[in-house]
Amino acid sequence: MSRALLTGNATAAWAARLAAVDYVPAFPITPQTEIIETLARWIHAGEMRARIVTMDSEHSMLTAAGAAAATGVRVFTATSSQGLLFGFEMLYAIAGLRLPLVLVNVSRGPAHPLTLEPDHSDVLSARDAGFLQFHAESCQEVLDSILIAYRLAEHERVLLPAIVNLDGFYLSYTREAVDLPAPEEAGAFLPAFAPAYPALCDPGSVAFGAAVLDSSLYTYFKHQMHLAAEAALQLYPEIAAEFASRFGRSHAAVEPFMLDDADYAIVMTNSFAAMGKAEVRRLRSEGKKVGLVRLRMLRPFPHAELRRLLAGRKGVAVVDQNISVGKGGVLFSEISSALYGLADRPPVLLSFIGGLGGRRFRPGEFDAMLERLENPPADTARACWLFTEEEAREIERLLAIAGGATT
Amino acid sequence: MKRERYKSLRTLPREEPLGPGGPLCAGCGGLLALRLFHKALGGNAVFVNAAGCCTLLATYPFTPLRSSWIYTAMASAPAGAQGVRDALDILAEKGKLGAGDRKVVVLTGDGAAQDIGLQSTMAAIHRGLDFYYLCYDNEAYGNTGFQTSASTPYGSRTATCPIAPLSPRGNPAPRRDLFEIWRAQKPPYVATLSAAYPLDLAEKVFRASKFAGPKLFIALAPCPPGWDVDSEWAVELARLAVETGIWPLKEAVHGEVSHTFVPRRFKPVEQYLSLQGRFRHLFEPKRDDAAIALIQGAVDEYWKAARPGGGRAPGETP
Repeated sequence: MSRALLTGNATAAWAARLAAVDYVPAFPITPQTEIIETLARWIHAGEMRARIVTMDSEHSMLTAAGAAAATGVRVFTATSSQGLLFGFEMLYAIAGLRLPLVLVNVSRGPAHPLTLEPDHSDVLSARDAGFLQFHAESCQEVLDSILIAYRLAEHERVLLPAIVNLDGFYLSYTREAVDLPAPEEAGAFLPAFAPAYPALCDPGSVAFGAAVLDSSLYTYFKHQMHLAAEAALQLYPEIAAEFASRFGRSHAAVEPFMLDDADYAIVMTNSFAAMGKAEVRRLRSEGKKVGLVRLRMLRPFPHAELRRLLAGRKGVAVVDQNISVGKGGVLFSEISSALYGLADRPPVLLSFIGGLGGRRFRPGEFDAMLERLENPPADTARACWLFTEEEAREIERLLAIAGGATT
Repeated sequence: MKRERYKSLRTLPREEPLGPGGPLCAGCGGLLALRLFHKALGGNAVFVNAAGCCTLLATYPFTPLRSSWIYTAMASAPAGAQGVRDALDILAEKGKLGAGDRKVVVLTGDGAAQDIGLQSTMAAIHRGLDFYYLCYDNEAYGNTGFQTSASTPYGSRTATCPIAPLSPRGNPAPRRDLFEIWRAQKPPYVATLSAAYPLDLAEKVFRASKFAGPKLFIALAPCPPGWDVDSEWAVELARLAVETGIWPLKEAVHGEVSHTFVPRRFKPVEQYLSLQGRFRHLFEPKRDDAAIALIQGAVDEYWKAARPGGGRAPGETP
């Protein structure tokens, strides 16, 4: 074990190295590029035994990733935002072929308007494809989540690919002290890849990845994928516990923070949850009974654990760093459905849209959230967009300039 | 072309790598080309497929192929071939692969090869990927009902260029020259194929096998439903395309072109066109001499350029 000061991107590269991946098809995109550059440097210097190929696009990159995994090697790749969307078609193909590779997504809001900063509209758009999804709060968690993701994805009862998400800029370029396991320690937790079924490398001639089938078979295989994701949910605590016993770091699917006697809970994901935790700590010091729930695993969705943690609360605020246009926050919908039918479900469930395109939370916004939970509006389904008056004035000013230029 | 391996039909392999009973149309020229191609290639290949007619060969749980198969997507079969090739090489380096290398073959129609998949094909050629690429070219998007592709020849009727008052000649654009697009990157081997010339076809696969890198083939694939002909005419049309000069049989080694078969006397293109429903509007109810002359002119032009001074074509067997 060693300790190093690493960016989130460099940590992701370290995780791939410690996972002893064989193959890295790559394509650059900000803010993910440092991951593949780091891997390329190591591989070309002979420090890491793997093959890296720069492809012509993310679509090709993900196709090569899936095909290589189908042939029987351990595959890692990474992308962001428009890149994930460009390769989107292949997400379904990879998951449908049950190929357990790991894809890191460095979250960045999709265009238009164009931004390099994070929100989760990119990664959440992939939530239905059949990939397991983990969302990291810290650099350390990027490392740990990737190792755990391979273990879970490659489990014979799962065989589904995984996405590990980290926020662009806030995590991709933030240096933190990261504990790096020694290669043999990592290898003891994550043994070398052994394909569960005869793959394209099988000595016999094997037809694989048949393309066309009828509706009942299609339904059957989709159902199998769903059951595999449910199996992943069951297996996760076991694998996380083994990870904790080896490395001393616990990673529950849902992380409670100062929640024990909390009347109110705020639900968040990813690195902005660190800001949320600081705010909760402050509110606690002011005597407010508020806690935070962080979703680390978004697919499979940890229904039971979330219900257990939110049952009996007076109110829950969901902070979405994404927008399903015409509907609202994605997590709000997911959590609403998870709580439906729960006898002692929180009577108030509110939706907040914030942190889009990397917008930081402003002082006082968590106070406002709490106030709203205590005095809920009539229409609780309607999302509240986090904006300050100062921001609104600045937007007016910019709109006036843009409008002025055209007259 | 001097034949090195396949001197007569007897010398073609007896083994059938492609079983009967597939769901493709009767008389499919693409399937026949694939069968001959696979015979010459030998078994134990990995086929990487892009969406097209041949995707139906992998209809669960059946496959007529004596080889492995992976379906990728319409745009990216060459990228899939990259993944398979690299993974096989990695496994071989680790000593985890049994004896005998597997050949990696991309199998696409002209819709994928010419249009949506062109980018990933160009990239695979540029990276020097060691793979075979077989495009069965039926000159339209055949699997979806024969819509215009970049391979569709001038004057062809398709589902998206119907014969109508505002489009009396069908497809208004000449076909895009995929052979030349590929050749421009100087891969070790590029060839055109016709299922009506099995020895030429098999010989080309054999010759290509000596090169590492991209080995690219375009096989003219008569399509009975799309071309609107009886199934029994498929091979005859594949032959007439060559005999009229419409489909030159050629190869390019590191970019240098030679014609592998040149008819002694070219038949008029009319003989090829008039047999097909997709060109029927050029002959009835009123004969469109201008359109036929335009098609003939393009063919004459091609061969004039291919045979400077009107002499023998480069590489032509006397």
